[in-house]
Amino acid sequence: MNQLSAIAPAPAGMGLPVLRERGQREVFCGLTGIVWLHRRIQDAFFLVVGSRTCAHLLQSAAGVMIFAEPRFATAIIGERDLAGLADANEELDRVVSRLIDRRPDIRMLFLVGSCPSEVIKLDLSRAAIRLNARFAPALRVLSYSGSGIETSFTEGEDACLAALVPELPASDEPTLLVVGTLAEVVEDQFTRLFTALGLEHVGFLPARRAAEMPPVGPNTRFLLAQPFLANTAVALAQRGARRIAAPFPLGVEGTTRWFQAAAAAFGISAAHCARTLEAPAARATAALARSRVTLAGTKIMFFPDSQLEIPLARFLTRELGMSLGEVGTPFLHREHLAEELAMLPAGTQLSEGQDVERQLDRCRSTAPDMVVCGMGLANPLEAEGFTTKWSIELVFSPIHGFEQAGDLAELFARPLRRRAALRV
Amino acid sequence: MELTLWTYEGPPHIGAMRVATAMRGVHYVLHAPQGDTYADLLFTMIERRDARPPVTYTTFQARDLGGDTAALFKTAVAEAYARFRPAAMLVGASCTAELIQDDPGGLAAALGLPIPVIALELPAYQRKENYGASETFYRLVRACIGPRNPTPATARCNILGPTALGFRHRDDLAEVRRLLEDLGIAINVCAPLDATPEDLARLPDAAFNIVLYPEVALTTATWLERQYGQRFINIPPIGVGATRHFVAAVADLAGIDPKDFLARNTSRLVWYSRSIDSTYLTAKRVFIFGDATHAIALARVAADEIGYKIVGLGTYAREFARELRAAALLHGVEPLITDDYLAVEDAIRAAKPDLVLGTQMERHIAKRLGIPCAVISAPVHVQDFPARASPVMGFEGANVLFDTLTHPLMMGLEEHLLGMFREDFEFSATASASHLAAGQVVAEATATWDAEAERELRKIPFFVRGRARRNTERFAAERQIGTIDLDTLYDAKAHFSGEAA
Repeated sequence: MNQLSAIAPAPAGMGLPVLRERGQREVFCGLTGIVWLHRRIQDAFFLVVGSRTCAHLLQSAAGVMIFAEPRFATAIIGERDLAGLADANEELDRVVSRLIDRRPDIRMLFLVGSCPSEVIKLDLSRAAIRLNARFAPALRVLSYSGSGIETSFTEGEDACLAALVPELPASDEPTLLVVGTLAEVVEDQFTRLFTALGLEHVGFLPARRAAEMPPVGPNTRFLLAQPFLANTAVALAQRGARRIAAPFPLGVEGTTRWFQAAAAAFGISAAHCARTLEAPAARATAALARSRVTLAGTKIMFFPDSQLEIPLARFLTRELGMSLGEVGTPFLHREHLAEELAMLPAGTQLSEGQDVERQLDRCRSTAPDMVVCGMGLANPLEAEGFTTKWSIELVFSPIHGFEQAGDLAELFARPLRRRAALRV
Repeated sequence: MELTLWTYEGPPHIGAMRVATAMRGVHYVLHAPQGDTYADLLFTMIERRDARPPVTYTTFQARDLGGDTAALFKTAVAEAYARFRPAAMLVGASCTAELIQDDPGGLAAALGLPIPVIALELPAYQRKENYGASETFYRLVRACIGPRNPTPATARCNILGPTALGFRHRDDLAEVRRLLEDLGIAINVCAPLDATPEDLARLPDAAFNIVLYPEVALTTATWLERQYGQRFINIPPIGVGATRHFVAAVADLAGIDPKDFLARNTSRLVWYSRSIDSTYLTAKRVFIFGDATHAIALARVAADEIGYKIVGLGTYAREFARELRAAALLHGVEPLITDDYLAVEDAIRAAKPDLVLGTQMERHIAKRLGIPCAVISAPVHVQDFPARASPVMGFEGANVLFDTLTHPLMMGLEEHLLGMFREDFEFSATASASHLAAGQVVAEATATWDAEAERELRKIPFFVRGRARRNTERFAAERQIGTIDLDTLYDAKAHFSGEAA
């Protein structure tokens, strides 16, 4: 059993006030995850089965990535499909065939459900089975839903990884599995540290290539690298894997405790762990110093977006001396966040869900020094005089681990320094 | 089903948003799931507007589908009215809400709001953004317009068409306004950009209408002509010739003699095109793709006013296929009418042009193919909303177009010099013109990198890699470190962390 579970979670965070709201949500849907997932799994293709709106969302969110030929596309449902004039399954097969002809290098195809495909109850899991019969094993076809009626932003990655879990090879070996998309440079750093700790069998989900997906089994212990992977964790538990409870590897403290939890779970001595982490942790602490000068004593408010809000709030308040205004999150997973919640200051105002107009009212009345929000809100808030950090950058940039702690702090410090520097 | 990598137009409710966002005093309640709120960033990030679009989304979720999404919609309308107090309200559904058939118009009407409430029927599975803009503008005008004026002043017009997120609409409007005022023509109302519903009521107080962007305003202008007897001019003044033609037509309707104005006003394009440095531009092969208005106009400018040869002409706007076919015939090329990005890419590759004029999609195609390119039509990205005034209409617009259409190519003298010195032993035969993308200059290494550190460096995004390399080498030099390993790399990174970029 996990040795850390005896000392964590502390119940303090469980007492934090939570404001639950149901109103207009200004959050991306789960399709957005495709923008980073397709960069991560380098021989996978994501085919959204949806509307012109889905295609437009993807290209608007993807922005400059348009330069490369992307490994994602949309099969746009037309009137003929809705009127039943065309057989949706035949149409899908035709589109997939065209796609495979064009991109024979693709080894894994995700059929991604959308709001319209869910509403018309197009069964993509059956379509995946049918297409697998035709294309496997050269090409594996999987399906998940990134629809906005079921998923918010990062929950699309959760749905994608949960769909991958039943496909993972089985193994009884005692292994560690790190779960959640990380930048390659971060994965390599983590691998080196795990090796130094004495952990040789470490897998990462998702892997960089379809054929290299890590094995899982009853002796697998998994460590979440991202806080938004509720369904993936359930799917892994169904394969017999057990979660190692830990805070998330953001900032020096979070990263240290994340590695400590892994080490403890595999019976590695605390002393060896401390020796191994000492140098990178000290380096990371030093890297925070400059941003700390800018950030200490300022107040930050989070609009709900990526579910990274609570770990980030913990990092900013404990390592950079910021104070917390409202910390909004689209969904609060109390079990996965237990260690994080326990580290938040007493009385921190959490909110779950959203009513964007009311939240903007609260933002104006509490006047935080910095607001973390989505791209739709950032410029309007700047124009009102607020300093903002647009949150999608926190999902696209490497921010995890020791070597990125300084970069993460800098993402928050830069908007404040910039505002101070401008004389116009 | 249609396989789409990139889409030229958004769904029709985006067109409705472009009209609502352009106007003042209008609010749009859209029955839509949460993901559809991405549309706000088109206006706040790409167009860099400083306020949110006046749009409320119901953001229904899966769990609402079994319950009462209609009640959710009514609440959203009531709350949006109470909070924003608009003078007119648009209500409608996006693609997903269209499937659940809640009847936004009927639900909103049941609330009995004391303002015009306009129900938009925008079939999301058949139509696209420009249709949505056109239909929304038309419905708004019909709902808000006042009584016919039997005797409007002759030299008084409305300008119809500019919207939010339009390609250079803001600057075109300023230029056309100046031109009309200089001609002695009064502007009654400009819509949708900056107009209020009250302004729409005053539309009949003008003798005629000017359609700047037929994609948005032709339907409305046609209706106004039929119902209100207002004639309209549909000559987008893009290029010198079209601007003169536009001035003559406007002056004719206004009962004004344009001779004096045309004698005083022209474009530098006329002389620049004749100056000898432009000789090298002769018969450069140009491929043009965009919305129909800009594609057709730019083909004329490119051929008649710059002296290029048109080797491809196309549009994604099927509504204007007829006009584009006629223009293609004129230039002796096959018309390309498609919204399939891959088909456009194939056509460009086959045409082997020297220059591509297109949307941001063609900019990406051209970049991949290594062909110079300029953006001349929506859809565009953030850099195509420049801080400076940069119209494409009127005489100043023609100046801008001369620059836009010639700068991506080499300057004449430079091209000659490159050719002359190509074989010189001190010259690189692979050099391209100074203003075109060149290979990055790599600084001389002072310390050696071990293999692992070098590999790690390559994982750093290319746009900061140079700085990371320089910083690390500086860090190593200051500490007399001969070989840079992983630790040096990350020690240096931590050392410089937070230093201004």
